[in-house]
Amino acid sequence: MSQSTTYVPEPALVKGNHTFGSITALIADISEKPAPTWWYIAFGAANLLLGLLLVLIGYLVYEGTGIWGITNPVGWGWAIINFVWWVGIGHAGTLISAILFLFRQGWRTAINRFAEAMTIFAVICALVFPGIHIGRIWVAYWMFPIPNSMQMWPNFNSPLLWDVFAVSTYFTVSLLFWFVGLVPDFATLRDRVKSKLAAKIYGVLALGWTGGNRQWQNYEKSYMILAGLATPLVLSVHTIVSFDFAVSIIPGWHTTIFPPYFVAGAIFSGFAMVMTLMLIARKLYGLKDIMTDDHVEKMNLIILVTGNMVGFAYIMEFFIAWYSGVTYEKAAFINRAMGPYAWAYWTMFLCNVISPQFFWSKKMRRNIKVSFILSIVVNIGMWFERFVITVTSLAQDFLPSSWGYYSPTWVDIGTYIGTFGLFFTFFLLFLRFMPMVAIAEIKMVMPQADPHHYDEKHG
Amino acid sequence: MAQLFPEWSNRVPRLLLVGLILKITFIVFLFWYFGSPEYLEVGYAPKQPIDYSHRLHAGQLGMDCRYCHGGVEVSAEAGIPTAQTCMNCHSQIKTDSEKLTTLFAAWSGGEPIEWVKVHQLPDYVYFNHSAHVSVGVGCESCHGRVDRMEVVMQAEPLSMGWCLDCHTNPEPHLRPAELVTTMGWIAPDNQFQLASEIIAKKNIAPPIYCNGCHR
Repeated sequence: MSQSTTYVPEPALVKGNHTFGSITALIADISEKPAPTWWYIAFGAANLLLGLLLVLIGYLVYEGTGIWGITNPVGWGWAIINFVWWVGIGHAGTLISAILFLFRQGWRTAINRFAEAMTIFAVICALVFPGIHIGRIWVAYWMFPIPNSMQMWPNFNSPLLWDVFAVSTYFTVSLLFWFVGLVPDFATLRDRVKSKLAAKIYGVLALGWTGGNRQWQNYEKSYMILAGLATPLVLSVHTIVSFDFAVSIIPGWHTTIFPPYFVAGAIFSGFAMVMTLMLIARKLYGLKDIMTDDHVEKMNLIILVTGNMVGFAYIMEFFIAWYSGVTYEKAAFINRAMGPYAWAYWTMFLCNVISPQFFWSKKMRRNIKVSFILSIVVNIGMWFERFVITVTSLAQDFLPSSWGYYSPTWVDIGTYIGTFGLFFTFFLLFLRFMPMVAIAEIKMVMPQADPHHYDEKHG
Repeated sequence: MAQLFPEWSNRVPRLLLVGLILKITFIVFLFWYFGSPEYLEVGYAPKQPIDYSHRLHAGQLGMDCRYCHGGVEVSAEAGIPTAQTCMNCHSQIKTDSEKLTTLFAAWSGGEPIEWVKVHQLPDYVYFNHSAHVSVGVGCESCHGRVDRMEVVMQAEPLSMGWCLDCHTNPEPHLRPAELVTTMGWIAPDNQFQLASEIIAKKNIAPPIYCNGCHR
């Protein structure tokens, strides 16, 4: 019988004919050797921006939300835009670590640690905004079900409350997932570092890992369970974030397409952010053997797919607005594309729908410069998507007499820029002190881990 | 390789985790108990400019609350009596008392008496005395046995939760409107039936939505 399938060998996931030892050295040395000069410069700059964020938060607490551009009729401004944007970016982490793990995508091991770290820091940046946007920061505990003498209890009918739980659950599970994966690598660092103090710190984080058979079994089991728990979260978090809008009755928000559309957009922006950071890190730290051009291509494919899903949603919104026959819905969308915020709408459309189309070409997918530029363009576009959704619908709703035009203040802009300081302060510390690639996991997918070419024979 | 940590350190993560849960519970408890108006405010009895005794006037002499707090049935504020109200009697009684020097000074054209407010609600609470008194919530339900107080003291927490306790379940606190100023009123055996009649007759539906009180 003739064979109907043929084995197409996958390109090796780790290039450069590394040994297990050289991989360990390549990654662990980053944490063990003194930091390069650029790291100090970048860390200083990030700290300055973090300082800006803290000063502006202090100003906000002192003065109240009047220092922001929000007013009637646009009561939700940059704070919610930035919150959704950062949470969206945080989606790549769990997608890469959980879903790609369950689908046995070996290429995830090169970037999962990195993407999970990015997820956690992005969610921290996101959580800043719901924390401060209430203006009276001393009553922030009202968001949580804590017994109090006012008999105040969170309103369980409100999607804003679901959001608190969705995002905090997501943060907790992502953090656990990240930490469990880090345990064997912390042990590697513990055993390698010269300084006694560093050995103690890594030792605490390694939880007494010895690399025994029993420990590996438990590790694999817990990792699998956490991946299973995290998978629904990839879909649930941004679904619930979209409910913040979709459950209301404002034209342009009250649509059933929001959950899948938001999730696709979140993965889209998350992958773009991973791409941006990965391309910088692999150049600065010389990790091209681990984060190969094949990885870049695979990620660009996901960006292309999710970008088209987002583009489909944009067009479908217009179709439904027409098909529904609802006057307000139609007006909302005509205003989006041709009203006072048309510049924002078409920026979004260009960045999110047109720009990823370059990735139909294999040459573009593998071109590092193009990938880098487009990854940034995509995140600009995704920021504008949240701006368009939030602002256009609020600025022009049912009653033309109350229409208005929203502009941010310098405090809005400074706070947003400041969150980059928060993000990069954490991220640079992560690059400096933690193994930025999963050392133990990457060894499992190296060509050297398959000395008998077992995969090829039975492919 | 020598061990980095002694053996007891194996227990540390578990202890930390349990400790964290206990600590969070404990902190919530501290705020819930010691931060509540019931703990902080009940018993507040500031010194007043005149040693005025409610026990003497409202208790022993049996004066009606409304003689001095005349706005209680018609306005949001019960009102603090003017010096003239006091002088209705004190122009003839105890005219040589040293305790009343401040009153006489105020009456003869000096500074008004600066009574210290005891029952403070936040500015964002729109409490209306007339709405409560006219449906039959007794003075003592919120202010306690004023007829026994030498110095007026806050008897109830006045917290939002305390308001809501009555707003969600008004029956035990309603009485015939003509008895609102009675001190030491004892609910009759058929209180529930009586209250139900009052509720039906006066169409009482205490607001439990936010803008009932926070307009």
